[in-house]
Amino acid sequence: LTTLATAPSKAPAAAGRRRGRRLTRRARRAGLNLLGLLVALVTLFPIFWMVSTAFKPATEWYSLTPHPLPAHPTLGNFRAVIDGSVIGLPYWNFLKNSLFVTVTAVVASSLIALLAAVAVARFRFRFRTTYLIMLLIVQMLPQQALVIALFLDFRSLNLLDSLVGLILVYTAFALPVTIWMLRNFVAAVPRELEEAAAIDGAGPMRVFWRILLPLVAPGLVATSVFAFVFAYNEFIFALTFLGTDTAKFTLPIYVQYFYGRNGADWGAIMAASTLFTIPVMAFFLLVQRRLRAGLVAGAVKG
Amino acid sequence: MVRTAPGRPGNVDSPAGPPSGVRLSLSRRGVTFARRHRLAPYLLLLPSAAVIAALVLWPTVQIAEFSFQNYGLQQEIGAAPAQWVGFSNYSQILHDPEFWLSLRLSVLSAAVMVPLTLVVGTLVGLLLSRLGRKMAAFVSSVSVLAWATPAVSASVIFVWLATPDGGVVDWFLTKVPSWLGGGAHWAGFSWTNAALPAYTLATALVVWTSFPFIAIAVLAGLRTIPAELFESARMDGAGPWQTFRQVTYPLLRPIFQVLFLLSVIWDFGVFTQVFIIIGELGQRDEYNLGIYEYATAFQLPPAYGLASALAFILTIILLIITVGYVRASVREGALS
Repeated sequence: LTTLATAPSKAPAAAGRRRGRRLTRRARRAGLNLLGLLVALVTLFPIFWMVSTAFKPATEWYSLTPHPLPAHPTLGNFRAVIDGSVIGLPYWNFLKNSLFVTVTAVVASSLIALLAAVAVARFRFRFRTTYLIMLLIVQMLPQQALVIALFLDFRSLNLLDSLVGLILVYTAFALPVTIWMLRNFVAAVPRELEEAAAIDGAGPMRVFWRILLPLVAPGLVATSVFAFVFAYNEFIFALTFLGTDTAKFTLPIYVQYFYGRNGADWGAIMAASTLFTIPVMAFFLLVQRRLRAGLVAGAVKG
Repeated sequence: MVRTAPGRPGNVDSPAGPPSGVRLSLSRRGVTFARRHRLAPYLLLLPSAAVIAALVLWPTVQIAEFSFQNYGLQQEIGAAPAQWVGFSNYSQILHDPEFWLSLRLSVLSAAVMVPLTLVVGTLVGLLLSRLGRKMAAFVSSVSVLAWATPAVSASVIFVWLATPDGGVVDWFLTKVPSWLGGGAHWAGFSWTNAALPAYTLATALVVWTSFPFIAIAVLAGLRTIPAELFESARMDGAGPWQTFRQVTYPLLRPIFQVLFLLSVIWDFGVFTQVFIIIGELGQRDEYNLGIYEYATAFQLPPAYGLASALAFILTIILLIITVGYVRASVREGALS
């Protein structure tokens, strides 16, 4: 600012104009930042309110004038959830169910999808386009429609009230997006590397394990995030298949059941919801840079 | 699909042709290699095709089949076999006022949710492109959090925000000056007891969850537009609206097309959020098409045949939109 103040002695008009322009630019910058802050605050508010309510004692969340932060923070709500005040089973039971279903489905779908991605990215064959279009369409079929047929099929196969049934469905429904995204990562691996290895006498299996897999691994991580989030959050199939056996509930059904049974104990409901949400958010923040590219490339259901 | 992020690895695909390893080796080993290779893509596709066929395509066929049968409680307990009833499920649906009510709710809510999500998402995307590096990273991280919040959690949170006793929304509305529509009459207002407020809440929830996806896709698209274009538009004296209409929108049109169709498909089929907001299957006048179909199937007495007909109608509506989406994706070169 001092240089700006001393400069006008030579050409006062020009410098004044320059200063004016700089000021408007700075004002505009501040305005944009303020707007960005506002968007961030509004977006963050529901999540903030969930966490804040989870730490409030009943006297505070059930009050006529809500306060943003708990005056006397308590862990009582979390304790009620973890001890299992509603179903009689601790939270860990449901976390375990969710993680078992999710991890198994993600591993299965990633492996199956990798094979398909290699086929689609590396070969030109007759039904390639048909297959790709089929994937696009399959992804859009409404789950609340298919659940009727799958429910009846699974009942005759004795797969209701079983986590295995959920794993099968989650593997199948995660496949289209996973294949669609993985094929880009496979295509990005230079073909010359594989050819060189093949000339050096490496068989196809060896080329796959030693060349392709290590190079595609980052892509596998990025795509598995989407399969993970889909399976961890899935609601309709879990709701329909896990009807009677509360011990088998996955976390989304647990939170919904908790909300349905606990009527108005919002402190505990928000604690359950927080315990369900925070892991997936932490995961997202960790991988988010890679994710944003993938998000756009895969056009994944939110 | 939307493949717009700059520097994405997969955007450059190698030209067609057999792997050149085949061309290089002329020995007999090479011949078997080639033969094996011609089968290779099909073998590699087999597992995924089998899983998708068994668990996605076959159930779709079954839905179509059940929709022509009287599959209900009798058939479920095995007291009577399912019989073909022709189009009677469909004619029953067409004469069912509840079906038309639920269809109307689905159409109207999508008609509000889709434009709102697109406008908010685009505005945030434009804002992100103008923010400094750190601020943009902050805002987009926060947005990703909203997008990552599981549908069940988000729905329960929004119900809590809007609950009549102790909810922050009603409290806030009582504080808003009356000329802005606020006032004491909002105290204890129930957002879930009637269709209009319930779907207003659902709309807020859907916009909150899905605008980040739009914003980030639009931002990725904006990054592909050379800065000189905006520069010269500004030199020519174009305002922000004119720049958007004349430069940004025409260039990003394919992206907007895909985002629009995706939003229609997602918002027309919205289930979990509405299911939780209206309090499971309690209030029949608040059902949308998907929830009406689900209730028909799984509320006692179950009517799987009738529900399958509803499910098939829902599927067909979504498939029609999907055809547009697939065509837009193909035009964008997504299948290369």
